[in-house]
Amino acid sequence: MTTETNAPPGPALLRMAGISKQFPGVKALDRVTLEVRPGECLALVGENGAGKSTLMKVLSGVYQPDEGEILLSGQPVTLHNPRQAQDLGVSIIYQEFNLMPNLTVAENIFVGREPNRGGFVRRAEMTHQARLLLDQLGVTLPPNAVVRDLSVAEQQMVEIAKALSYDARIVIMDEPTSALTDTEVTALLEIVRGLTARGLGVIFITHRLDEVFAIADRVTVLRDGQNAGDLDIAEATPERIVRMMVGRELGDLFQKEAPAHAPDAPYVLEVRGLSRAGSRTDPSAIVLDDVNLGVRAGEIVGLAGLVGSGRTEVARAIFGADGFDRGQILIDGVPVAIKSPRDAIARGIGLAPEDRKAQALVLNLAVRENITLASLGSLVRFGFVMLEAERRRAEEFVRVLRVRTPSLEQKVVNLSGGNQQKVVIAKWLALKPRVLIVDEPTRGIDIGAKAEVHSLLHELAEQGVAILVVSSELPEVLGVSDRILVMRQGRIAGELSRTEATQEAIMTLATGIDHARRAA
Amino acid sequence: MATESTATPALDSKQNVDIVDLISRFAPLIFLLLLILVMSILEPGFRSERNLFNVMRQISFIGIMAVGATFVILTAGIDLSVGSILAFAGIVGASAAKGTRGLLEGGVTDPGGIRVLYAFLAAIGVGLAIGLLQGGLIGKLGIPAFIVTLGGLGAWRGATLLWSDGQPISSFSDAFKFWGQGSIGPVPVPVVVFLLFVLIGHIVLKYTQYGRWIYAVGGNMEAARLSGLNTTALIVSVYVISGLCAGLAGFLLTSRLNSAEQVAGQGYELNAIAAVVIGGTSLFGGQGGVIGTFIGAVLIGVLNNSLVILNVSPYFQPIVVGAIIVLSVYLDQLAKQRAR
Repeated sequence: MTTETNAPPGPALLRMAGISKQFPGVKALDRVTLEVRPGECLALVGENGAGKSTLMKVLSGVYQPDEGEILLSGQPVTLHNPRQAQDLGVSIIYQEFNLMPNLTVAENIFVGREPNRGGFVRRAEMTHQARLLLDQLGVTLPPNAVVRDLSVAEQQMVEIAKALSYDARIVIMDEPTSALTDTEVTALLEIVRGLTARGLGVIFITHRLDEVFAIADRVTVLRDGQNAGDLDIAEATPERIVRMMVGRELGDLFQKEAPAHAPDAPYVLEVRGLSRAGSRTDPSAIVLDDVNLGVRAGEIVGLAGLVGSGRTEVARAIFGADGFDRGQILIDGVPVAIKSPRDAIARGIGLAPEDRKAQALVLNLAVRENITLASLGSLVRFGFVMLEAERRRAEEFVRVLRVRTPSLEQKVVNLSGGNQQKVVIAKWLALKPRVLIVDEPTRGIDIGAKAEVHSLLHELAEQGVAILVVSSELPEVLGVSDRILVMRQGRIAGELSRTEATQEAIMTLATGIDHARRAA
Repeated sequence: MATESTATPALDSKQNVDIVDLISRFAPLIFLLLLILVMSILEPGFRSERNLFNVMRQISFIGIMAVGATFVILTAGIDLSVGSILAFAGIVGASAAKGTRGLLEGGVTDPGGIRVLYAFLAAIGVGLAIGLLQGGLIGKLGIPAFIVTLGGLGAWRGATLLWSDGQPISSFSDAFKFWGQGSIGPVPVPVVVFLLFVLIGHIVLKYTQYGRWIYAVGGNMEAARLSGLNTTALIVSVYVISGLCAGLAGFLLTSRLNSAEQVAGQGYELNAIAAVVIGGTSLFGGQGGVIGTFIGAVLIGVLNNSLVILNVSPYFQPIVVGAIIVLSVYLDQLAKQRAR
């Protein structure tokens, strides 16, 4: 998979040496060293909180290091602010894009630097230059398209074009693939190869090791704010990288165990003929088309498919978060009317939605208050919350789920992604649900926490909860599910048993294209 | 899975942050105490029991509405109509007390004081009904709160003028006047009501399920909905509470002035919002509380009183209050940035 690396000798394009950064009460970076050579793609990996983001913020001029030096092409530089870093050819593309959705592609690329004559924007010129940049990337985006109408992958292309427009020599990409489908990831990696072929240095931050091996020439691993290792890709193995990241062996990331249910037990949750037309952008679109599925007690069913295939919509419809036009939801074989999340919760259904921060957590409330939010009713007497009982319940789930928090009163905004996700799951466990739907349960959380969330799902299944897992990550779906349903264009395209399921088989169903045959 | 060895450094910075956080949280209180201290030294008359209760009575009407506004603002809403609701509730209550405008006619004298109860119920009823109407438009139909209550700001003032053809309704029985002018021990009745509302508001927000729901809805509406909360009903409810507070303030102010005026409560909505914001409740919802609002309201009152005592033109008062609003929000933002 890897391209042969022939890094030319001479000064590195970038050298960060002995970088330290102290925040109140914590040493975020401790004498970290990092090097990027021209034409090289460096993968920067590490668990959440390892210091990757802080290091990149130092490099892009957001933070000033307490000690250490930064050399660009051998010249020491001091980066006082992001603008200066940009002028020196360091561009960063954050996970959350900095685009103005109401402006066009060209306007976004040249925002603040519009080609103009006497204050009047030269539109034709701007469009022309934008098109040149996009052509260089090999993408066919109309420069006059409004960014709001673009897909996430297309918006990312705009970000990359914008970075290039600053004559970037080093492009930093912070988890660029976390919201992309597999085809889009392939396209993005192709673009990264194009950048390195032109002699640019790329720093690629990711949680996905398969991408590291697909794209990187070298890997730098951070752990607890320190260098944990630096490997040429030729000498790296996934096991070695993971060992460096966590400082120990993890064993198999996903444990496969025998399913905790009788194979022909009746369904706890069943969905029949679920159909819905009309999305926000396109009222005539078919969102869900005759979806049928069932989940047994103790069973984990994976719901796979490309982004936009209707997976999340199924989850939200079952939970009453969105309405549907036709179809039935049955609990224990009895049809139930679910018109709102409240109805679903009353039926014993919980949903951990895909966007933790926007849809699941009240960030400014404490861990305690978030854990008991959905089950508060059982902790109330005469309208008053029984605080002591509430504290005990929160404490119990913090312990059982191993949530790492200094106290129950900590605001969840201060927790890491993995611990936030545990709080979300705790919220539903506190209700003792019969059905738990988890949408992207491990998006954006580090490998150690991922494994913990997965084993948690298994424990729940063993306790008899029926679990539906929606995920874009094929290894995750393959690893946790007893059975996998694959969606395509709002329909269930097929079902795979644990023994039949492979990444190939899922992708074949998800795309409707037989990869093996096409490759032959 | 054993990831215990992984440090979670982001958490350790908590203790250091607290100091800045603490200062910004207590800035209004510190400022208030300093102001009281300075004024007590400069002007012994300021310290007198009479003056202090006078200050408290002056701000109690705005203060009661500010308690309601705290609930609204905690849900990231706004209620601009409370000053006009106050006037309309006041004049309807006045009619009930006097038996005019076809309302419970015939009671020019009020021997048993029963008409006070009529007036009270009428004023409260107007506040509740308007709150329910506005809350429904906001919560159920999804019209922005700013727009609905801006409409209310004009409409209920107009309704007040229509109600009595632009004439004030004045001169009430002693029993009626007691509620605005009387005292319980040394404490003026409106102050007692204000303190009671602060206490109830604080208990409801901090210790009840309803209070928790308010913070959840204000902190993250979607997460609250997906956690099974009835967000529509909660949104409606805060406008009902706000309307109720405004109605009650209308009753008390009418009694205090011995007259229901068309211009009563004009501009009060902004002072009520100012008290909430100075008290540290975030306009983005989910953070703050009634105790802060109480401090904010008292601060506005003491400031106003100080300017009068110091013979500064009363026209300065809105300027100073305006500056303090901006300053207190700035301090809040500063603390949040440092906490990053």
